[in-house]
Amino acid sequence: MDTHPGNWGNPRPHGGSSDLDILRPVDGLAPAPSAAHGSSALPVSRTQQPIVTGTSVLGIKYKDGVMLAADTLASYGSLAQIRDMKRLVAFGDHTVIGASGDMSDWQHIQHILNDCIIDEYANGDGHQLHPAHIFEYTSRVMYGRRSQVNPLWNSLVVGGFRDGKHFLGYVDLLGTTYQSSTIATGYGSYIAQPLLRKQVEGREDELTEADAAKILDESMRVLFYRDARSLNKIQRATINPSGVSITEPYSLQTEWSFAEGIKGYGAIYE
Amino acid sequence: MEAFASTAPVRVPLEHRFSPYTDNGGTTLAVAGSDFCVIAADTRQSEGYNINTRYSPKLYPLSNGSVLAIGGMQADASTLAKRVEQRLEWYQFKHDKPMNTQAVAHMVSTMLYGKRFFPYFAWVTIGGMDENGNGCVFSFDPVGTIEKHLWQCSGSSSKLIQPFLDSQMGHKHELLPPGELTAQRATLLVKDGFTSATERDIYTGDFLEIYTITRDGRTRELIELKRD
Amino acid sequence: MTLAEPLPTGGFSFDNVARNAMLAARGAKPPKATSTGTTIVGVIFKDGVVLGADTRATAGPIVADKNCEKIHYLAPNMYCCGAGTAADTEFTTALISSKLELHSLQTGRQSRVVTAMTMLKQMLFRYQGHIGAALVLGGYDVNGPQLYTIAPHGSTDKLPFVTMGSGSLAAMAVFEAKWRANMTRDEAVAIVNDAIEAGIFNDLGSGSNVDVCVITKDNVEYLRNYNRPNERGVKEQSYRFPRGTTTVMSRKVINFVDVIEGDAMDVTA
Repeated sequence: MDTHPGNWGNPRPHGGSSDLDILRPVDGLAPAPSAAHGSSALPVSRTQQPIVTGTSVLGIKYKDGVMLAADTLASYGSLAQIRDMKRLVAFGDHTVIGASGDMSDWQHIQHILNDCIIDEYANGDGHQLHPAHIFEYTSRVMYGRRSQVNPLWNSLVVGGFRDGKHFLGYVDLLGTTYQSSTIATGYGSYIAQPLLRKQVEGREDELTEADAAKILDESMRVLFYRDARSLNKIQRATINPSGVSITEPYSLQTEWSFAEGIKGYGAIYE
Repeated sequence: MEAFASTAPVRVPLEHRFSPYTDNGGTTLAVAGSDFCVIAADTRQSEGYNINTRYSPKLYPLSNGSVLAIGGMQADASTLAKRVEQRLEWYQFKHDKPMNTQAVAHMVSTMLYGKRFFPYFAWVTIGGMDENGNGCVFSFDPVGTIEKHLWQCSGSSSKLIQPFLDSQMGHKHELLPPGELTAQRATLLVKDGFTSATERDIYTGDFLEIYTITRDGRTRELIELKRD
Repeated sequence: MTLAEPLPTGGFSFDNVARNAMLAARGAKPPKATSTGTTIVGVIFKDGVVLGADTRATAGPIVADKNCEKIHYLAPNMYCCGAGTAADTEFTTALISSKLELHSLQTGRQSRVVTAMTMLKQMLFRYQGHIGAALVLGGYDVNGPQLYTIAPHGSTDKLPFVTMGSGSLAAMAVFEAKWRANMTRDEAVAIVNDAIEAGIFNDLGSGSNVDVCVITKDNVEYLRNYNRPNERGVKEQSYRFPRGTTTVMSRKVINFVDVIEGDAMDVTA
């Protein structure tokens, strides 16, 4: 399967086979469409490809908490369709999720998680879900949907801080999960992750909030230079002992003066 | 969308389907000795040419004292491990004793076969002590075939490490009597197997996690591997 | 005199194209060439150009060569990093190197970097991407330091810093974060080293060591294994089989030479 961010919103190429022959469902025995759709000759409507998409989300741990960053663009293929999309959202007082991938699926996930938070609140016992609980729940939702072969086409970064404990986890449309001190989704995993690892790995207990902000701003700037589906208008979320704060969207300064000196692409005939 | 499913009763347009599988790479290994079991795995989790994280354990220590090692797709692996652990809990509540390793192995086999037509993409190995206090190792293919081994290596480096173990633990066609396989020697072979595999397999690296199981319990060791 | 069998004309043979297409249509799999996942980079600095490369060659998931050379000689003032199909990068650079030498002899002048770039792009364009060579070309000539990339289909780029291969995004991120105009030699070597290291540690197709090549006016420093960040650790034990491990079925010694006792071999350094 091709989940490379470069192919989001593009027509999927025909063919392509998996090496995992044993895992290919036998014809007719594949997970069946539900009975409600059974008689229709049309295929059951499922997310086969993302439509309106958000690009990379970055997350790092630092001394006093966890920080996430994402731009505010939602693209429709190569069209920059929505330029004030909220891709970093708080759930409860200790957790923020950043989403890349399909934005309608993301809004559905927000709906599910808010139901969950409200259910918990309605108990009236003052208990709030920990970041790790929200991560676990989200990952089971994602894995459950992939197991119905009807995925929620997202890569999510869950950041949290509670009771002195940092939390930074990743979950995607296949239910793949991991935790790490640096996380980047989409093109960010190719472009920003090397920069984050170099600056954060082994220094999680030294970096200040200002350091973390600087590292993320610089990485988001590099992403804006090289990811054609990105924007220099970004937001940052900080989760620390005093709770969650998400910045208003702000613009990154960029530098293009070096381009003055570039002439042509090959032999120049003057 | 020009392709049509030929075996379906109705000619339904076949869309290019989402694939629910991925391979997150990595290698697992287990050795059964007369009074010990060594079970090991690297901790790199990868996707394509990317490293997701350098530490994502593929070894799941179980509440009955055994260790489950699962390679393949991480999402399936952690799901299976959670289900196994839940079943062990129920068994403990019902029988007031931990499930023995052979029973866990046969349970895992049926759990895997239970998803025969939508299999877990998981290469499973179980290491532990049997009822007589001897080390034992069982391994499975994704659909539940069970085999008992003295040593077994699965995953992306299995073709590099298994022949090495066959030579160094099997001693086939050697005239000199082999020395006893102790936990110490098994651990050395495991370490050399993994450092060598790390040299040549791009999906294996970062850290090596080793559990040593004896009658006295379980110990864990974490060793650095190369990160390139 | 006419030859019964005409002499080969050189170049590629396309005799089997139709047959191979037929076999492929029937489901035959063509043999897979060794494709190198790679990180290669180049950067222009104040006095010249620095090229860099990792040293891992892969065949699928297996490391085929832990310390291969990806920075190829083109001319005394020019070197070329190769990514893609290993054989294509080697033969393409060797062929152009040969042509440049002849051209230089014919004209009595030093080769120019644009000449090499144009020869490479015209050759690759002619083969419509079937020669899978992705190149970073760097050199110094009468027009000063120059740096190009040449993609397999023959398109070129002329930029102050470039990257190619599976680790190109990791390496480019380092350049985008740290590059400045008019760097010194040492600054340029350092940034190239960091870019290659980003590929080595974050891209599974790249690994092992950093090769660097610094080209300035009238000088080339080829720094093979400039940095070795991935030395193999010491093995836990020796795997020599003791004498007597295997059955001796028969034994026969033939003395082809008479060994005469003489001075001991000099083994001092």
